[in-house]
Amino acid sequence: MKRIYVNEQWCLGCHLCEYECAFANSGIADMVRALKGKAIRPRVRVEDAGEIHFAVNCRHCTDPVCVQSCISGALTKGEDGIVRIDKQKCVGCLTCVLVCPYGAVLPSPEGHAAMKCQLCTDNGRDMPNCVKYCPNGAIVYEEREATQ
Amino acid sequence: MMQLYIRPDYEVVRNEARCIACRVCERQCANEVHSFDPETGLMRADESKCVNCHRCVSLCPTHALKIVKTDDTYRENANWEAQTIHEVYRQANTGGVLLSSMGNPKPYPVFWDKLLINASQVTNPPIDPLREPMETQLYLGKRTVKVERDENGLLKDTLPPQLKLSVPVLFSAMSYGSISYNAHESLARAAEALGTYYNTGEGGLHKDFYKYGKHTIVQVASGRFGVHKEYLETAAAIEIKMGQGAKPGIGGHLPGGKISEDVSKTRMIPQGVDAISPAPHHDIYSIEDLKQLVDSLKEATEYKKPIIVKIAAVHNAAAIASGIARSGADIIAIDGFRGGTGAAPTRIRDNVGIPIELALAQIDTRLREEGIRDNVSILVGGSVRSSADVVKAIALGADACYIGTAALLALGCHLCRSCHTGKCNWGIATQRPDLVKRLNPDFGYERLVNLVSAWKHEIEEMMGGMGINSLEALRGNRLMLRGIGLTDTELRLLGVRYAGDSL
Repeated sequence: MKRIYVNEQWCLGCHLCEYECAFANSGIADMVRALKGKAIRPRVRVEDAGEIHFAVNCRHCTDPVCVQSCISGALTKGEDGIVRIDKQKCVGCLTCVLVCPYGAVLPSPEGHAAMKCQLCTDNGRDMPNCVKYCPNGAIVYEEREATQ
Repeated sequence: MMQLYIRPDYEVVRNEARCIACRVCERQCANEVHSFDPETGLMRADESKCVNCHRCVSLCPTHALKIVKTDDTYRENANWEAQTIHEVYRQANTGGVLLSSMGNPKPYPVFWDKLLINASQVTNPPIDPLREPMETQLYLGKRTVKVERDENGLLKDTLPPQLKLSVPVLFSAMSYGSISYNAHESLARAAEALGTYYNTGEGGLHKDFYKYGKHTIVQVASGRFGVHKEYLETAAAIEIKMGQGAKPGIGGHLPGGKISEDVSKTRMIPQGVDAISPAPHHDIYSIEDLKQLVDSLKEATEYKKPIIVKIAAVHNAAAIASGIARSGADIIAIDGFRGGTGAAPTRIRDNVGIPIELALAQIDTRLREEGIRDNVSILVGGSVRSSADVVKAIALGADACYIGTAALLALGCHLCRSCHTGKCNWGIATQRPDLVKRLNPDFGYERLVNLVSAWKHEIEEMMGGMGINSLEALRGNRLMLRGIGLTDTELRLLGVRYAGDSL
């Protein structure tokens, strides 16, 4: 399946992906209205340590621990390989947040549920917004041999 | 001592209604113009540090930023303009020579813009390049060949080495050191993809780029940085740099800050020490001396590679070119006074040299008159800005054009003319690893290929319009040009008729 990969070599640590993610998932058509004056809660996070930067989001693991550990059946891996969360079923136990080895499942800002990257399939975008707006080609959306 | 405050020429204007304080501008500015004020939650800007490179403007996701010329003004004075006054203040403050980068920005006439191209009507048909063949391939090198046959009557190959180009555009000399590793990789890969050449400049050739050797012109300059046998052997051609359009008559100075470990290895000089190129080659004081270097380089490479001699366009360029054509060189490269640089003294850049258009026309005329035009090919550079400039240059007598500034623009350069600070926000004219990585060569190379491919299409369109189907037929075809807004002297020097002057 096509996944999001990060080429650490080209990641500038500009954090634009976080804002583009928060905007794409805000449900608001205007970026300024969506983000101005708000603390953003993106599903992709840029890790910075000195000169090293890279963006992290859900790997859509072949055998996802989050799905295995979900007590309410809210997390599922679809036939397309995308790991999705059904907020109606989620009871907000946040076990998935604890078990994700990448820290890619996060508590949802509205509470009582977790949230995660669904490759922008859930917000009407034609491709993951972080990939589309990465200024240096550091975040790519492509098919690679599965690693996990 | 009192330092006079010099107000910045540009101001950073932030549309607060649009700014979402994402701090991208702050993270992307190597000059530290932008900062975040946690107390107010607002972004601030210190325009005194701004070089107007537009990195923040380009990356701002909500387009909240713009840079405007300041409306702060001194008492108006046509003689003492603000820029002139600032330069005096700056020198009085520091006692230093003013430094600048990129090409001459002064409002001298641009002759390209005063030349108009012909088109066919009725009596000779235009050619549609989409339907009919259009030859943009060409060869650079010496063409004076005696036809010789062997004992069986078959032709002997006596043709001197040639450079084959699929488009009349090459990337001009920009050294590794003045520009980054990623910029060099972009140029090398683009040259290979386009079937043309890039030029190492005087900084040697990084080991990683030897694989692009067939599309590399290596330079031998007065500092002889990074010159060794393998370097010469790897290249497709060797260029002896006698001068540079942006700074005729003076050498180069790469500040120690740009001599990183890699640059030091490539240049074969100590790390962190300024790299000084002398103004003259210390072994060249005459055409005869030049001939010795041309011959040495040919001998070293077994007469397999064309030798280019590059000079700055200066007052006696035609006479100098005549000497070069007799020195055994295969190609003459002329660099006009609007050509770019990574650093030059401002006064030199802005006041020394002549426009490439005039130098080219005079050199082509002179070599023809002396019957030695075929001894050499002519390459011109020094602000070739578009495919129209290329067509005009070829019609004035050039074989092909070097582009430097246009190539850097394609890589993201915004002509802020601050290369000499080494803090290029676009990852081009810098060696700082965090800045260099901003230029992803996968994108850089593609943008260069796009640019030159687009120019190639446009060149074909313009040639087709003139009813010409090959570059050979356009070269030196000055009847395809007419001047506009030019004096009789300018027309005479350019060798073109005035617009409306029919045959």
